[in-house]
This record gives sequence, C-alpha cells and structure tokens, in this order.
Amino acid sequence: MDFSRISRRHLLQGGAALALGGTIGARAAHAAETTIGFIYVGSRDDYGYNQAHAQGAAALKKLPGIKVVEEEKVPETDAVEKTMESMINLDGSTLLFPTSFGYFNPHMIKIANKYPKIRFEHCGGLWTEKDPKNAGSYFGYIDEAQFISGIVAGYSTKSGKLGFVAAKPIPQVLRNINAFTLGAKLANPKATTQVIFTGDWSMPVKEAEATNSLIDQGVDVLTCHVDGPKTMVENAARRGAFVCGYHVNQSPLAPKAYLTGAEWNWEALYPKFLKMITSGESIPNFYRGGLKEEIVKCSPYGEAVSAEARKHADEMKAKLIAGEYTIFKGPILDNKGKTVIASGVDRGQKDPELEKMDYLIEGVIGATS
Amino acid sequence: MADSSIGLWTVPLAVLGGAIRVSTPFLFVSLGECITERSGRINLGLEGTLVMGAMSAYGISYLTGSPWLGVLAAGITGALLGALHAGICSLPRVNDVAVGIALMLFGIGLAFFLGKPLIEPTAPRLPAIDFGWWSDIPQVRAALRINVLFLIGVAIAPILYWAFKTTRWGLLIRTAGESSDAARAMGHSVLLIRLRATMVGGFLAGIGGSFLSLFYPGSWNEGLSSGQGITAVALVIFARWDPLLCLWASLAFGGAAALGPALQSVGVTSGYHLFNAAPYILTLAIMIITCSPKRTLTGAPAELSITR
Repeated sequence: MDFSRISRRHLLQGGAALALGGTIGARAAHAAETTIGFIYVGSRDDYGYNQAHAQGAAALKKLPGIKVVEEEKVPETDAVEKTMESMINLDGSTLLFPTSFGYFNPHMIKIANKYPKIRFEHCGGLWTEKDPKNAGSYFGYIDEAQFISGIVAGYSTKSGKLGFVAAKPIPQVLRNINAFTLGAKLANPKATTQVIFTGDWSMPVKEAEATNSLIDQGVDVLTCHVDGPKTMVENAARRGAFVCGYHVNQSPLAPKAYLTGAEWNWEALYPKFLKMITSGESIPNFYRGGLKEEIVKCSPYGEAVSAEARKHADEMKAKLIAGEYTIFKGPILDNKGKTVIASGVDRGQKDPELEKMDYLIEGVIGATS
Repeated sequence: MADSSIGLWTVPLAVLGGAIRVSTPFLFVSLGECITERSGRINLGLEGTLVMGAMSAYGISYLTGSPWLGVLAAGITGALLGALHAGICSLPRVNDVAVGIALMLFGIGLAFFLGKPLIEPTAPRLPAIDFGWWSDIPQVRAALRINVLFLIGVAIAPILYWAFKTTRWGLLIRTAGESSDAARAMGHSVLLIRLRATMVGGFLAGIGGSFLSLFYPGSWNEGLSSGQGITAVALVIFARWDPLLCLWASLAFGGAAALGPALQSVGVTSGYHLFNAAPYILTLAIMIITCSPKRTLTGAPAELSITR
C-alpha cells in the first residue's frame, strides 16, 4: 500500500470510525460486567502473601458477570498510581484492591480523592476518619490462627524448642510470635520459641541460614512470618524438622513435615464485599476479624499431628470462634521479666493496645532490637 | 526432653557451614569474572547471568528431571549472555561498564519473565555428598553435607591460578588484559580472546546461579539472588584478580552471611542488622586499607576500563 496516497479525508474518516467503535465497545463492556482490579507487590504464585490475595481474586473470577484484572510486581511508588489509573480508565474497574501495605499513603489516598465514584479496599488496617470515604481497610487477626498452630507445634515438638523465622520486629510480627508461643505453652508449658529476624520481607538466603541455625540449636518445629515461606518450609523439611505454614497452605511443598498453618481466607471475604456492593449496602470503611469472621483460617492438619493435638486445637478453635477465649489475657510477662499485661486484664482481639505490641513474651528467646 | 543442642558451638559451626553453603555462587561468579577481567574487560552483567542461570537450571531440571542437565543449561545460558556482552563491547566506542549494567537489568528481567511459571513447581535438586559420616552430631553432619559444585569450584581456583601462570592461553589472556597492542603485535585478535574469556566467565556465573536454585536455598523465586552476583564482581577487585584469593574471599563472604542468623540463634540479639552487613563492612575496610592515591590497584589488569 502506498501511504503517500492516503488523503486527509481518509484519515479523518478512519479516526472517527475508530473513536466511535472504541466508545461503543467500552460501553458494552460496562453494561455486561463489573470489573475488579487487583494489584500485587510481588509475584502472585509466591506461596505467600500475594498468592493468598490471588486466591481471593480467583474466587471472584468464578462469579458470573465479574471480570478481574490483575497486575503483579507493582512497586510501592508512583507506579501503583499509574496502575490504578489505567485499571480505572482503560479497564473500567469500579472496585480496586491495592493489596500491599505501602500502597496506602499517599498513593491510594491520592487516587481515591481523584475518583470518588470508585471503591478502594486496602489490606492492612490503615484507614482513619480523615481518609476518603470511598476507601477502606480490611485486615485479619491472623494471630488467632498462629495461636492454634502454636498448640499443634507444642504437642509435636520433642525437644520443646520451637523456631520462628521473622522478617522485622514490627507489632504485627511480634503479635504472631507471641500468640504462637502462648498456644505452644498451653500444650507444653516448658516450650520455648526461638526467634531470628532476617531484617527484610524477602531474603531467601538469610531465611535458609536462619532455618539451619535454629535446627542446629535443637529446634524441631518451625514457623515464620516472611513474604514467601517456601524457603523456610523446604529447608526445614529437608533437615527433618516439622513446619507450620503462613499466608497460604504450603503442605504441597512438604506433605510429611507440614503440621498446620495460619492462612488468610480472602477467598471467603472478597465475595462478601462484592455481595455488599451489589445489594446496595456499603462496605464498612474499617473491616476486621479473625477465625469467626472467616478472614483467617487454619490449614488442614498434616498426618504427623497426633489425635491429642487435634482434639485440643479443635477445642480452642471452637472457643475462639464462639468468642469465649482471650489469647492475650493477663498476667503476661515479657521475656525480660516485666509485666506487660497485668493480672485481671483481658486484651481482646480488637484491643488497640495489641496493635502497639513492642515486646516478646516470656518463653520467647530473642529480642526486638 | 532430649536436648540435642550444642550451645555456643553453633556459631563457629554455622559460619563454617555457611561458608560452604553460601559461598558457592560467589566462588563461581568471582572466578568467572576473574577470567573476564584478566583479559581486559569488565562484565558487570553477571548478576543478570546469575539470575538467568538460576532460572534456566531450575526450568530444565524441572522439565527433564535431571538437575545436571539444568547445570549444563545454566552454563550455556551464561556463555550466551557472555557472548552477547562481548559482541556488543567489540563494537567501536562501546563502554563495557554501561553494557554490563544494561545486560544485568536485561538478564534479571528476562529471567523473571521466563521464570514466572516456575515459581510454583518443585524441581529435582542436586545431590549432596555426606562428608560428616564420621560424626554423631547431627549439626556437624548437616554442615558437612557438601555439594559437588562447591568442590568443583574449589578445584577450579588453583587450576586457574596455575593456568594463568604457566599455560599458553593463560599468558594470552593476561597479554590481552595488560597490553592489547602487545597481543596484536603477537598476531592475536584481542577481541576474540576477550570474547572467549567473557563466555567462559558467563558459563561459570551461570553455573553459580544453578547452585542457588538447585541446591541452596534450593528453589526458584524472584528474590533468590539478592545481589550476590554484584557482590561477587566486587569481590574480584577485593581479591586482587587472583583466583586463589577469590576462593578465600568467597568463603569469608559465605561465612559472614551465616554470622547474623547464627548469633541470634545463640542469644546475641542486639545489632543483627550490623552482623548482616558484616560482608560489606569487610569489603569497605579492605578497600580503604589497600588503596593508595599514588598507584593503581596492585594486580589490576592495565587494559581494564576502570583502571585506564
């Protein structure tokens, strides 16, 4: 084709046809289905945090009339704003899940102010009254599931030494370590949890070294709080130790060594959010819960878990769901001997004091700094 | 309660075990880079080669069921990336440092792209040889489960040292690195020597990557290398372009990586960020001690663009 022959009129006609076709196409898509956007900070099949969210997205995909658009490995920078804008303007998304902690401020707030008709749901619990009303936070009390893992670990250990590979000493991580230890002590009062901080969320070589060092110290059940538990699970299983998982079910990686694990249950929560929207009620801006609200769950028990452990763990799970048990119940000492929760004080699930946790309880070997 | 703990002995043992477990990628990348730099070219892209090697080894091991084929594939991938670097650098007025950085980003990006479906499956791993059979202590046995690649790396270092000193091709590489005019006067193509040296360097770096994904930590994921390739390139300068010193430096870096977790496991909990930074502090200290404003770095090939 000779391009010099195309006249200006041809070009204009072509352009108009394209523009018209474009708008019609977009409108048709809008009428047919609701588009939901998911943004992940890492890879969505990492056996960890991002995979948990991707499983939630997959649950939405199955629903009729729902289209899910996803983007992985979006850094916590301006890049996420561009992703959100393109999901809104090009894909026609009306509900967005920017799942990583660092997306919230300033990126999601900025975009939420710019697009007041779009709904934003952020995982992490950062939303306050000052933030836009079309944005919200949701998060789970996963320490409840860690507490159950701790009970199972307490029954399964022979040495009485448990290990915890942790990323950073921030309140959420400390709360998991402490809940895990409290569960273990319920099963075996002499049990201790040794913690190693690797310093960052994804450090495979350090996590492997931490796992090996813990096992060298006699630890025989390990769990972790890092972005991708795969390294810990595989390396611990190779050395013959048991593991409790985190984020998602890692039992396919080590079927014999896997006891149970603390998992997110986003595949139950996200369809609930959608139902709230379609039925016209608004999603609460601040949405939290634990086992009872089906925001977290425990992995099915592995074959190595004894009947006694299963029974005790199931009992405690039932009590937590019924709201009859408080994990952080005074008196609780920290591992330096100071009272952190006084006798007679019940710090229930929703107690804001627990969100400021900066100590490791008695029975944990390690330090926060 | 059965107490199988060995107390404070964990620390030296973990450092020894860590030196063996963690050092192998450092060793292969630094030996490879040593060959490349001795020929007068610097390849900063080895971080990308390492990651590509890790990905291709894992992929091939998963698809064929043979980890050794994976190692070979990693080596070939590395050699191809080396050839690409050498090919671009042989064009006139091309800066090898800039090309290296571009290839590092290219290698990492390509590996993440192609490695996407490999994050979930579990590939067959390389076997380990049990050198701890004489001990009853499980910790010692675990530390002495040594991979063949480590032994090969340890063997390559003295061979390379000897080859640089006494063989014909060792002399050719050094000539190309010290004075390209002299090499040309002898009737050799400097570009061809550098092409081969960069390919061999890439081959070794690729194998270093296969160790990461097929032995320790032993699976493919995107944070796998966490900068080990770049550290290994710096390590060559630190080791003064001497293969034997590369071996010791790699062992020191591997041991240092194990220090932080090991100290925490025996209860030294303060300042773990500092212990984690130990290898880098060591590098800085040695750089400061050995540098001099009066001369270029001892042992540096004269044709290297960073010394020219």
